[in-house]
Amino acid sequence: MSGGDHLHVVTGDAIGDRRRAFGLWLVRGAGALVALVAAVQALDAAGVVGLGLGNWRPTLYAWVAFCICLCWGQVILHGEQGKRSLFVLPAALFVVSIVIFPLIFALGIAFSNWNLSSPDGRQFNGLDNLRQMWGDPFYWNALRNMVFYTLAIAVEYAIAFGLALLLNAQIRARKFFRVVFLLPLMLSPVAVSWMIGKSMLEARFGPMARFARWLGWENPSFFGTPEIARATIMVMDAWTYIPLMMIMILAGLQAIPRELNEAAEVDGASAWRRFWEITFPLMLPVSITAILIRIIFKLKLADIIINVTAGGPGGATDSVTSFIFREYRDRSNVGYGTLLAIFYLVLIVVAMTVLIKLAERWMRPRY
Amino acid sequence: MSSQIFRDGESDRAFRASWLFSRAAIYGALILWAVICLFPIYWTITTSFKAAPDVMRGNLVPWVDFAPKWLGLRSLGLSPDTIFAESTVRAEFLKRFWNSTIVALSSSALAVVLGSCAAYGLSRFSYRFGFMRNSDISFFFLSQLILPPVVLALPFLVLYKELALLDTRIGLILLYTLTVLPIVIWIMRDQFASIPTELEEAALVDGLSIWGAFVSIILPIALPGMVAAFILSLVLTWNEYFFAALLTSTNAKTLPVMVASQTGSQGISWWSMAALSTAAILPLILVGILLERFIIRGMAAGAVK
Repeated sequence: MSGGDHLHVVTGDAIGDRRRAFGLWLVRGAGALVALVAAVQALDAAGVVGLGLGNWRPTLYAWVAFCICLCWGQVILHGEQGKRSLFVLPAALFVVSIVIFPLIFALGIAFSNWNLSSPDGRQFNGLDNLRQMWGDPFYWNALRNMVFYTLAIAVEYAIAFGLALLLNAQIRARKFFRVVFLLPLMLSPVAVSWMIGKSMLEARFGPMARFARWLGWENPSFFGTPEIARATIMVMDAWTYIPLMMIMILAGLQAIPRELNEAAEVDGASAWRRFWEITFPLMLPVSITAILIRIIFKLKLADIIINVTAGGPGGATDSVTSFIFREYRDRSNVGYGTLLAIFYLVLIVVAMTVLIKLAERWMRPRY
Repeated sequence: MSSQIFRDGESDRAFRASWLFSRAAIYGALILWAVICLFPIYWTITTSFKAAPDVMRGNLVPWVDFAPKWLGLRSLGLSPDTIFAESTVRAEFLKRFWNSTIVALSSSALAVVLGSCAAYGLSRFSYRFGFMRNSDISFFFLSQLILPPVVLALPFLVLYKELALLDTRIGLILLYTLTVLPIVIWIMRDQFASIPTELEEAALVDGLSIWGAFVSIILPIALPGMVAAFILSLVLTWNEYFFAALLTSTNAKTLPVMVASQTGSQGISWWSMAALSTAAILPLILVGILLERFIIRGMAAGAVK
């Protein structure tokens, strides 16, 4: 963020004592209301008072009321400044209440044995889940798969770059090709997993199987062995997401001034050298952004796997997300699943931080 | 006797040949990739009109290889002969379709409203909430992008159960808004940064309040960016499967969940699956064809500084 070009407004706000008192009273009162309602509900849930409230909705409503009062209070207490913070405050409150609370909640769940289908309810079991995770070969296998899946981004990047170069060349019907190349990104992964994974790759009479037989592959099976199954998943995921990188790279290519390439051409550089010495280095920042975003999306990979292979054969295609999904679906094991997810989150945050730091170093001009 | 006096030099003719060759290579590659992109869509749409033997024989071209029948649409109760009859399948399908539409539209709209305000504030004012400055707040919003859905899924399952929000559209809308909010903020921040502050300064001098200037001056200028953000959010929320599969069961089930559940239960009846998949992808294909410019604009924002 650049700090220089902020909007400067000078306003004189005369906030009287009564107005200030009202604002403070409003915010504190709403806060007290939330605390009160939550406390009553907790007592009710513990069975101390029998109000018979079926759910925690009252607390939710109190919280929403508090958020509104907090925003209103900003304007009352700070006048013009408060109106400015009103731009960011709703979004911030929204994210805090939807992410931060559940995350804290998740930490509590992660260290307990909680099977939703068992009547015992939640039991704190310390580090048992962590120990179970340590000895769970399927989870580590899923993590290793994620590494493979992420490495496939290198190939996707090369293809996306190639396509972007094609679209940036002097061609006719550029708009047509751009729309067509973009289409796979618009398709729902679930539909794609049926369209491609279940019907086109069907081993007996799917068109791809036919094509493979025509090419001379005797018994095409795209999900038979672990390696091929993993490759197939990679191809399907690549098919959907290559346009994302392609569009970003294309935007980068169009931002390069034409004079640079023309000057190099006049100097007699071949197309190959022009690419490696001008286009590619200039595209480095865009490329890194595109790859980072692609990695973020790749780490969420699940829909296709859940719907096509359900992790099979033998967990060979499992991503972490699809593994946890089945852990919950098959065993309703909320506690263990949450711990796995939180561990995954920690890994991701560490890995992404390292990657972003490295990217910053690479992007810095060297000469 | 006429003989050609002027000829292209040796090097020029070589150049012409290589130019032709490069043209052929470029168009060949373009057409190859276009086929790769379009064939699955073509296959899905045609399969919904095929009877079982046509699928087995691998017939591809309608009217030439096989006679198209209304099988796929009939299985959804939408073919010409069933459209006026009572159909439970159609009611089910339309309900899912409607759920998807409502959830996708309202969560995208909510995300665009919240995200635009936040992005505008961050691009114009210096905030200080406790230790958090502008860059920290931006990072706080954008970092939500990294959060994998699986981390939130199980806590939300339990939380929504307690709040009686499980299997409701509101619950899904809130979560979807969260997942697309960082993307909206990213696009809109870029958008607002490109609008000069002199515009608001002039408006403020003329007596508008800061919110008045935002709504009447800045928003109309930033509208294309907002449309781009809205459409990108729409794509992501319409296609979302993971949360919907976990958090909805009968009432709020969305179209992707319906598509996924069909593959599991009743074996594969090709035409009905193809028709369902077509219904799931067609709205966004139309959006993609008609509003491609905005999608590209949205994705390019932030990539190029």
